[in-house]
Amino acid sequence: MKRSIISCLLALSLPAMASEYSGFNADASRVSFVSTQMNVPVEGRFERFSGNIRFDPDAPTSGSARLEVELASIDTGLEEADEEVASAEWFDIARHPNAVFESSAVEPIGNQTYRINGTLTIKGKTHEIATEARFEPGAVGAFSGSFKLKRSDYAIGEGMWSDTSVVADEVEIRYRIAAPAH
Amino acid sequence: MPQTYSRYDPVAIALHWLVAIVIVCNFALGVYMHELPLSPWKLKIYSWHKWAGVSVFLLVALRLAWRGFHRPPPMPDSMPAWQRELAHHGHHLLYLLMFAVPISGWLMSSALGVQTVYFGVLPIPDLLDKDKALGDVLKQVHEALNLGMAAIVLGHAGAALKHHYMDRDDVLTRMLPWSKPPRNPQ
Repeated sequence: MKRSIISCLLALSLPAMASEYSGFNADASRVSFVSTQMNVPVEGRFERFSGNIRFDPDAPTSGSARLEVELASIDTGLEEADEEVASAEWFDIARHPNAVFESSAVEPIGNQTYRINGTLTIKGKTHEIATEARFEPGAVGAFSGSFKLKRSDYAIGEGMWSDTSVVADEVEIRYRIAAPAH
Repeated sequence: MPQTYSRYDPVAIALHWLVAIVIVCNFALGVYMHELPLSPWKLKIYSWHKWAGVSVFLLVALRLAWRGFHRPPPMPDSMPAWQRELAHHGHHLLYLLMFAVPISGWLMSSALGVQTVYFGVLPIPDLLDKDKALGDVLKQVHEALNLGMAAIVLGHAGAALKHHYMDRDDVLTRMLPWSKPPRNPQ
């Protein structure tokens, strides 16, 4: 009884607390991924990325996000692979140093969760992606979620590496993208 | 029963040679693979190496269980006490290493962040979290244990040959898969 009153009060106070989030907070953000080799999931991450978010919880559909990931900052989870993936067969970092995500639509689907559509460009190839992200409000708000991509869509791992029985085609991207409240 | 007919039972013989073959091949694979440049082939054989290592562990556990219920034939009466002592210690050390080598490989894989998934199907839980420094230490432990194992396997095979060709006893033949033991060198 007492608890439900408190949660009602909290719920009522939420809209008043809601504020607009914009900019980017790198410290509270992270971009990691899970690749699968010989059926073994291996976690890796990117150390450097930058972004820009505009998000008003009261008007979520007008929100937008852009994220740029510096591919050279990869930690594949396998030391000797970090240099390998810079090569033309993988990311071709010399010609395509960044991966870019740009949102096109944000749609609330309830429970602080939003469906975000957008385009992801890696190695000069652009594809539509959709992801469901959960929003945590606060002094620094953050969207967290994951989505899967096919590395072959972006020509990541060509030549001998195109054998998806060793390194699987599907790669899971996990992210937490944060921005300060204003 | 005359000692010449005292043999290991067929299951013990089969397990001995199966484990011997897998260990020798997997040792060679380990030496070969770690210098390779990164390629899909390298990732494949690393997985095969791990699967073979897990298999050794399981087969050795089976051997030990089997041995518990099937006493090995006694050593020949002609063997001096110090040789029996040495043989006992050598065999204990071999069993210890046959467990320690795969375990060190499994721990090293976990610490280096690449889980062992038996035959690509059965994930073996990671006891250790990813920790590169610890992984590098375990890599050296794995290597050192393997060198120790190689030395003892050579001693083991050398001793078996010495028994066969110099002592002319049945220590080697009672572990050979064929039933009629050749008593004389050609």
